[in-house]
Amino acid sequence: MLMHLAQLNIAHMRAPVDSPELASFVAGLDPIDRLAEATPGFVWRLKGGDAPEDTVKHDYGDDLLVNFSVWESREALWDYVYRSGHLEFLQRRREWFLRMAEPSSVMWWIPEGYEPRLAEGMERLERLRREGPTPEAFTFKDFYDSSEVVWRPAAAEARK
Amino acid sequence: MSGDDLDKVAVLHDPVRRAVYDYVTSRGREVGRNEVAEAVGIQRTLAAFHLDRLVEAGLLDAGFRRLTERTGPGSGRPAKVYHRAPGEWQVSVPARDYRTLALVLAEAVESLGGEERAEQVARRAGAGFARQDDDLVGVLRRRGYEPYEEEGRVRLRNCPFHVPAEEHPLLVCSVNLGLCRGLLEALGQDTSAARLDPRPEECCVTFSKNNEN
Repeated sequence: MLMHLAQLNIAHMRAPVDSPELASFVAGLDPIDRLAEATPGFVWRLKGGDAPEDTVKHDYGDDLLVNFSVWESREALWDYVYRSGHLEFLQRRREWFLRMAEPSSVMWWIPEGYEPRLAEGMERLERLRREGPTPEAFTFKDFYDSSEVVWRPAAAEARK
Repeated sequence: MSGDDLDKVAVLHDPVRRAVYDYVTSRGREVGRNEVAEAVGIQRTLAAFHLDRLVEAGLLDAGFRRLTERTGPGSGRPAKVYHRAPGEWQVSVPARDYRTLALVLAEAVESLGGEERAEQVARRAGAGFARQDDDLVGVLRRRGYEPYEEEGRVRLRNCPFHVPAEEHPLLVCSVNLGLCRGLLEALGQDTSAARLDPRPEECCVTFSKNNEN
């Protein structure tokens, strides 16, 4: 089965998303999202709405910003995050977000064509925080290949 | 010191072979035997000999590619082409291991949230790169960045901090930007000429040429 890489990252905003403090971040969203979508190996991202500045709405707290996307490979995601114009944006993160002591980013493998849910991503992040990196929830630094994971989708089981 | 690494590095001892290696790596793409022979000013067979020795040593990778657009009968066999192999080799006498130290310190700085402080320290270190009468490209070349020009910018083909940059890209790229801006400062140039502008397989910093006099 061809596997894709899902990544969730979360960030605690220093101020409300519509505040002047976050304005330069919100202004950068459209170009940065378009850059992601144009990156070879990009598959999918969770959108907050039709407008470029719409951030993802969720029930995990108003100060929490979520980024959730799917990629064909580690290289594709890496090249977008660290080897593109995204790096300059990322370097300014402290202007907009608080430092987090716990891991704020997690990845895991999914079958091609499967659209992951945000709740699933939050569970994976919890798991990474609880157990450290495993084939089911890992990071760039402690990476696992898709061959090391057995795919057991709870959702697919339930549909049978 | 690793004996294997010494063997690889020793392959570059021959000055002609070194010129062949330098030419291939300076292109940032696959190059054929004819092109290397012409650039270095040697016979095609000698170029082929040195190129294949470099492949044998693991310093270059080889492949086959059609160098012309023509296909079908009469277009000839695909040509053997060469590019730099991934991996890095170092020889230090006596044995030194700054890489492990760099990785440990990088993780410590990150865990303390000290990225900005690291960038400030890097600025001072970068200022020390410049010698009298130096020009920017000359310093960058000497420091191993492999600078080249493209569309009015100086880009850097090689990341001298590759291993820590793979493990701690945000921190190491910020430190590198600090080094480059410190260097500009010491050369009396506008520090904003250097910015983060990475590409796959290259260094993260580029320089605009507008501020150079």
